[in-house]
Amino acid sequence: MRDIHVSAIADAVKKLCMEANVSLEPDVLRAFDRALTTERSTAGKQVLTILKENAALAAGQRIPYCQDTGTVVCFVELGQDVHVTGGGLDDAINEGVRQGYKEGYLRASIVKSPFDRVNTGDNTPAVIHVDVVPAATLKIMIMAKGGGCENRSKYTMLTPAAGLPAVKDFIIECVKTAGPDACPPLILGVGAGGTFEKCAILSKKSLFRELGSPNPDPMLDALEKELLERANRLGIGPQGYGGDTTALGIHILTYPCHITSLPVAVTIECHAHRHKEATL
Amino acid sequence: MSVTVGADGIKDVTTPLSDADVESLKAGDRVRISGVMYTARDAAHDRLFPLSEKGERLPIDVKGHIIYYTGPTPAQPGQVVGAIGPTTASRMDKFTPALLKLGLKGTMGKGYRGQPVKDALRQYKAVYFGAIGGAGAVLSRHVKKLEIVAYEDLGTEAIRRLEVDKFPAIVLNDCHGGDLYQDGQKQFAREG
Repeated sequence: MRDIHVSAIADAVKKLCMEANVSLEPDVLRAFDRALTTERSTAGKQVLTILKENAALAAGQRIPYCQDTGTVVCFVELGQDVHVTGGGLDDAINEGVRQGYKEGYLRASIVKSPFDRVNTGDNTPAVIHVDVVPAATLKIMIMAKGGGCENRSKYTMLTPAAGLPAVKDFIIECVKTAGPDACPPLILGVGAGGTFEKCAILSKKSLFRELGSPNPDPMLDALEKELLERANRLGIGPQGYGGDTTALGIHILTYPCHITSLPVAVTIECHAHRHKEATL
Repeated sequence: MSVTVGADGIKDVTTPLSDADVESLKAGDRVRISGVMYTARDAAHDRLFPLSEKGERLPIDVKGHIIYYTGPTPAQPGQVVGAIGPTTASRMDKFTPALLKLGLKGTMGKGYRGQPVKDALRQYKAVYFGAIGGAGAVLSRHVKKLEIVAYEDLGTEAIRRLEVDKFPAIVLNDCHGGDLYQDGQKQFAREG
């Protein structure tokens, strides 16, 4: 058994929140560069160039890349040989969010109840997903998930008879309806299979894979490439001003499912793809 | 107060805007906005709307002005404002025609507007500007002064008076029925 104190967890989460919001990961910056080599639209190129400038300014001056500093979505891989000491895991994560958003001058965007709409004032609570894994480490992956794109995320339950063609059409339809509201160029996280809730969680988790990296499953890799090409033929382009770069990547995760079911969830992520991880 | 064309083809827009200023702006025009703008988003509109419905005085004079749909991050010491990019405009569609009727000349955000808003842009002569979503750090450099003028209890959603200098934007919908999203996307669509 390895002891990890809650203060170490809170401290790690705090740093991840502060860092994620000012400094885009290299995979996203490389995707902007790749898009600039293929984008034909003048307005689209201007947008991509400004996004690169924005990333450089945000990291250099430590200003948030986007004013919507998001909901903190936190995936934890908790080693089964780890003993969290000094308090609760969820409390520790939320304490890290609280400190990070205050010290980082990040926006408090969470309301206490979906109905009373009163701001919690410190961007807590995070949305936390925990997997217990055979390890003696605690891995924390966070995403600062913007609201504009999240609001365009979608779920459907297809029939097995409708099959893969219907899955493809649904994903492309999601890109269309997301349009400029979701701040393209987009990144799509797709979860297919499992149950209603399982595929939604997979759709989020898939976004932690390095942008531009191949899917380890060759069939899914080919599917991702096909769908990315289709999405980029829609013409929506950067910010929806028209162009070839509507999406930077499509990531798919699957899970076994019931003989009657074909659930599909699509998380829409904007170009402000703020994700960071740490292992304790 | 004026719209002039710079040597680089970008239009310099100075607030407040007249009907003639609005008429000279066309969908697709790149602009640099200088002067005063007000911020307001969901919660502030929810308070402004009943006042405009009842014909009561609003806490800001919208005549000739631009409302920017944004909720900035807090300013760090020594800064005017933190990141200040646009939020999705369609959430304000329900409220926009009533404000345009009161003389509001511009709104700024991101994303499609509904037909009633586009109709109101024509009817009351106003323009919908787009700022680049997610470019909050770059846009913050164009805000020279910020003052909370109403609904301070709403935090990031309070109404702020901004003084901006050469704030970069693009005309998304003009008062002649022009629509950059439609025109731009049509040019590049290779799949329906």
